[in-house]
Order: sequence, then C-alpha cells, then structure tokens
Amino acid sequence: MRIGDAKQTYEADEAIWTSNTQKLWFGLLLLILLLFPFMADSYLLYLGCLVGIAVISTTGLNILTGFTGLISLGQAGFMGVGAYTVAWLSLNTGLPFPVTLLLAGLVAAAVGILVGLPSLRVKGLYLAIATLAASVFLHFIFAEWESVTGGMGGLSLEPAHLFGLTFQSDFRMYFIIVTLAVLMVLAARNVLRTRVGRAFIAIRDRDISAEILGINLLRYKLMSFALSSFYAGVAGGLFAYFYRVVTPESFPLSMSIFYLAAVIVGGMGNLLGGILGAAFMTLVPEALKLLTAALTPFYPNAPVFMSPMLEIIFGALIVGFLIFEPHGLAEIWHRIRRFFRLWPFRN
Amino acid sequence: MSILEINNLSLSFGGVKALQDVSFQVPENTVTTIIGPNGAGKTSLFNCISGFYKPQQGTIHYEGRELSSGIKPPKRAALGLARTFQNIALFRGMTVLDNIKLGAHVHMKSGLLGSMFYFGAARREEMEIRREVEHRIIDFLEIDHIRRQPVASLSYGLQKRVELARALAMRPKVLMLDEPVAGMNREEKEDMARFILDIREEWGVTVLMVEHDMGMVMDISDHIAVLNFGQVITEGDPGDVQKNPEVIKAYLGNSDIDSLRKKLNPEEEAA
Repeated sequence: MRIGDAKQTYEADEAIWTSNTQKLWFGLLLLILLLFPFMADSYLLYLGCLVGIAVISTTGLNILTGFTGLISLGQAGFMGVGAYTVAWLSLNTGLPFPVTLLLAGLVAAAVGILVGLPSLRVKGLYLAIATLAASVFLHFIFAEWESVTGGMGGLSLEPAHLFGLTFQSDFRMYFIIVTLAVLMVLAARNVLRTRVGRAFIAIRDRDISAEILGINLLRYKLMSFALSSFYAGVAGGLFAYFYRVVTPESFPLSMSIFYLAAVIVGGMGNLLGGILGAAFMTLVPEALKLLTAALTPFYPNAPVFMSPMLEIIFGALIVGFLIFEPHGLAEIWHRIRRFFRLWPFRN
Repeated sequence: MSILEINNLSLSFGGVKALQDVSFQVPENTVTTIIGPNGAGKTSLFNCISGFYKPQQGTIHYEGRELSSGIKPPKRAALGLARTFQNIALFRGMTVLDNIKLGAHVHMKSGLLGSMFYFGAARREEMEIRREVEHRIIDFLEIDHIRRQPVASLSYGLQKRVELARALAMRPKVLMLDEPVAGMNREEKEDMARFILDIREEWGVTVLMVEHDMGMVMDISDHIAVLNFGQVITEGDPGDVQKNPEVIKAYLGNSDIDSLRKKLNPEEEAA
C-alpha cells in the first residue's frame, strides 16, 4: 500500500519519482540492466541490443504519433538517414561515436522537419500517405546516390570508437545502446511533462483549442517531427554500428510498420507502453522460434509445420492484444500498480 | 473607455449572412453580454474576435489597436484575449492541472532543450507556473480536490469550471465566455456567476459573454448587446434591454409583452 507520500514543496510533487519506493525500483532496474551482459549468453546479448535500439526508435515515434497525434510511416526512412550519416562519417572522418551519433540525430531531424511540413495541412491517413511517400523517396536516395551511400551494395563501417577504445563486440555495444536508451527515454519523459510536451498533447487532443491558447501549430508539429526523427536517427546510427553494414534493404517499409505496431501494441501516448511494445515486437518472434526448437524433440516435424505459421501466430497475437487490451501493454502494468496501491486492504 | 470596439463588422458564408454591419463596444472592466436567439451570430462574432473567422468588412479594435486578419489566433491569445467554448474544448487526455498549465503556455519561454534536461531556467519556470496556478486559480475556483484527475472523468459543470481556469491561466485582459452556464444545475450556475463577478472585481478582467440564461444575464451584466439575424438590435444596460420592444419581438416573434417580461424577469415570475 502506498502511504506517507504527502509533499511539502511543488518540486517534490512534480518529480518523476515521487516516493523512495519508486526510486528503489528504478535503481533495481538500472542494476539489472548493468549486470545483464555479464550473465547473458551471446544470443540474449544480441537480443538485448536489438531491444535497446527498438526502444529508442519507438520512443521517438511515440512522441510523434502517440503524443502529438501525427501518424508517420517514415520512421524506417529516418533511421536510414541516421545509419547512413554514421556510416559515411565513420568512413570519411575519424570522429568518435558520440559525435557521429549526435550528427546522425541532427541530420535525421532536419529531414524530419522537411517531411513534417505537410502536417499543418494534412492529418490522419493523409499524413500517413505523405510520410509513406517520403520514405519511398528516401529509399530511392539510399539506393541511387552511389557516391555517398554506396548504392545497392551499401556501406561497411569501422566499429564505434572513443578515446582509443573500440566497440567491436555486442558486449561493448550493449553498454552504449542501453545507456543511450535510458537517457533518451528520460529526456522524453522530461519533455512530455513540461511546456513543450503539454503543447504536443494539446495538439493531439484538440488543435483548435491549442491554437486559442497561443500554441503555434506549425512550430510544435515540426518540433515533434524533429524530435521524433532525432530519436530515429540515433537509433539508426546505433543500428549501423551494431551490424557494421548499411544497405538500402536494412530499412524496408515493413520496419516503419513494425515501429508503428510497437507503439500501438504498447500503448499510444504512454512512454512505458512504447518500451514494452518495442520489447514485445522484438522478442515475441524470437520466443516463437525458441518454442519451435523446444517442440522439435517431441514432434520432429515441428520446424516444417511451425516456420510458415510463425508470422500468422505473431499477427494473431497482435490482433488479440488490440482486442483484449486496446490501451496497450502499458494498461496491464497500470492495473498491477492500482492493485498494489491499496493492497492488502481493498482489492 | 472601451477595451474592445467592433465597427461595421460583416461576415457571410456563401449566401448566408452571419453578421451584418455589427457595431458595439465592450467597456473596460464590465461584464458585457451578447444575447439573441439561436443562430443570431453570437458565436460567429466570438470567432471573428478570436481570429478564426475573417470578416469581409469592418474592424475590431482591441485596446485602441486594430486586430487585422494578419493577427492570428495564437497572437491574439498572447495579447490577452482568452476564451472558452460553447462545447467544452478541454484536452481530455490530460489532468486538470496540465490543462490549466497549458493556459500559461504563452507566458512561458522554455524550449525543447530546456525541457529535455529539465534543468535551470526551464525547471524554475515550471515551478513558478505551478505555484501561480495553485495559488491564484485552483484555490480561487475551488477545484483543488480534482487537480490530479483526468478531465474526461469530471462532471459537465466541473469541466466548464476547468475550462474557465485554463482561460484565467492565460492572464487575460478580456475573457470571452461562450455560454458559461449552459447545461448546469442551479447550484453550479450560482457558483459560476459568483466566479464571473469576482473575476471582474478582483482581477480587473473585462468579461464578454454569450449566454441564454436570462436570469443570470440580467443579474450580473453591466452592459448587454442584443443580436438577431446577424444584426445588433439594441444595446444598453439590463433595464433598458428588458423594456425594448425590438428585443421582445426578436424573442417572441410578436408583441406579447407579458410573457416576455416573465421570460426576461424570472424573479417577477417567481413572485
């Protein structure tokens, strides 16, 4: 049960973690994230890195689609911009990874602002089509601008480095990815609880009243696009360092849909939802593969039977979640919290 | 002195003339009410003042300065024109507190980077706004018990009150209220009337309101303008307006003065 959380100052009341219990849980989470690579095998470590990259990108898309109400099918394109920026910088300059990742985010943000320009006039499905067009266009540039992107063959890059330290293994990349994921989710949380974030949510909920309150719609919509594609760009940059090869096929349209699905399954307009959605979308297909492997000793035909079924089962799981948990995975977490708020007195 | 002057304003949508040559003034630090039958153009007039509609003719002067069509709604908000809507236009996904803080948006400065790091000036600014909202608005409108609740879960009367709170957070000079007591019960109406009077007296804010509830209009207005078919029929203090035969005709379509008197004077009716 939650007791003793009366506040004496507004600072304490507006904090992200308002009780010691919450701080303790967050500390525990950080500890687990820190210890994970020392205990996990290489496969789990690989998955951990993928989830981290997906969390960053999903959080970005959540800011745009979940909090500002602007639907986008361009996320994979923006990630591509970030990935190519990192690849090009790593091949042509000797910059260390914090600089290249920052530049990747900024270049993607600039592209995001351009793509976001129609958003003042078009909304909903029309905006989805406009961003889809942008992503097709970006894909075309990746494939055709050979002098910079290496054409269809793509680019291979050197491992990330900083102060003479190279990050070649998944083990080392994990620390970069997870640190950035934690910092960027916290930054998103800060944005969303202050002036700029409130303006985003106001635009999502009712743009006419937002305007009457003095919120400049174009400015904040573009800001949301910029922030969202900054996240995508950094995620794309990490993707480039992680696989160390970038081709136009690394960022297909289905990847944009993957991130949109992660936001929706996790819970639109909920940061925790984005994190859970990213983990769900990344891990469930893998879990289904493990299930197939586990079944093989008993049913030798399992791989033959299961492999075409995986996509169908995955799709069915998503549909099931949408039907039974329309507010997303985050809602399950909120229910658990509500239960313990009064536990053990009234349930 | 008039804080808002409307001169010869005309607005039409295709063949429909929503406003025809409308002129009237809103004296400073008064409660001024626009009344008129449904479809008379009251909300259209509000939308012209706040910048959503562009009138074809006429001018609007605010504090002696012309509000041309180049001054868009956000800019008008920053100049001190706040309003509420006939249909509640709150942000349903947010808490009461966040809705009210949004009202102060134009008075804050922090940008994306400050927000991201929640550090220094951005953080101080958030705390100042919180303090101001708590001390000046939440206490004043008696909504401290619901500050953490999502707006969607509140009763209609409370939602109207939160919308008023949000408009007050804009630190307005002119507060435009579109049917502030529509759909409220008697107690809620009395509360709202008290708030409106206090806003004028304690805050020195000029209130411009559209309202159908004649009892309240006659009780709290200093100045009334009557609109019918897009034209101002008359304006004056409540006593004059009640007696005006044109007004009676507009409301009843004939000259049945007795029943109109009842409509305009609920107290007489009760007696």
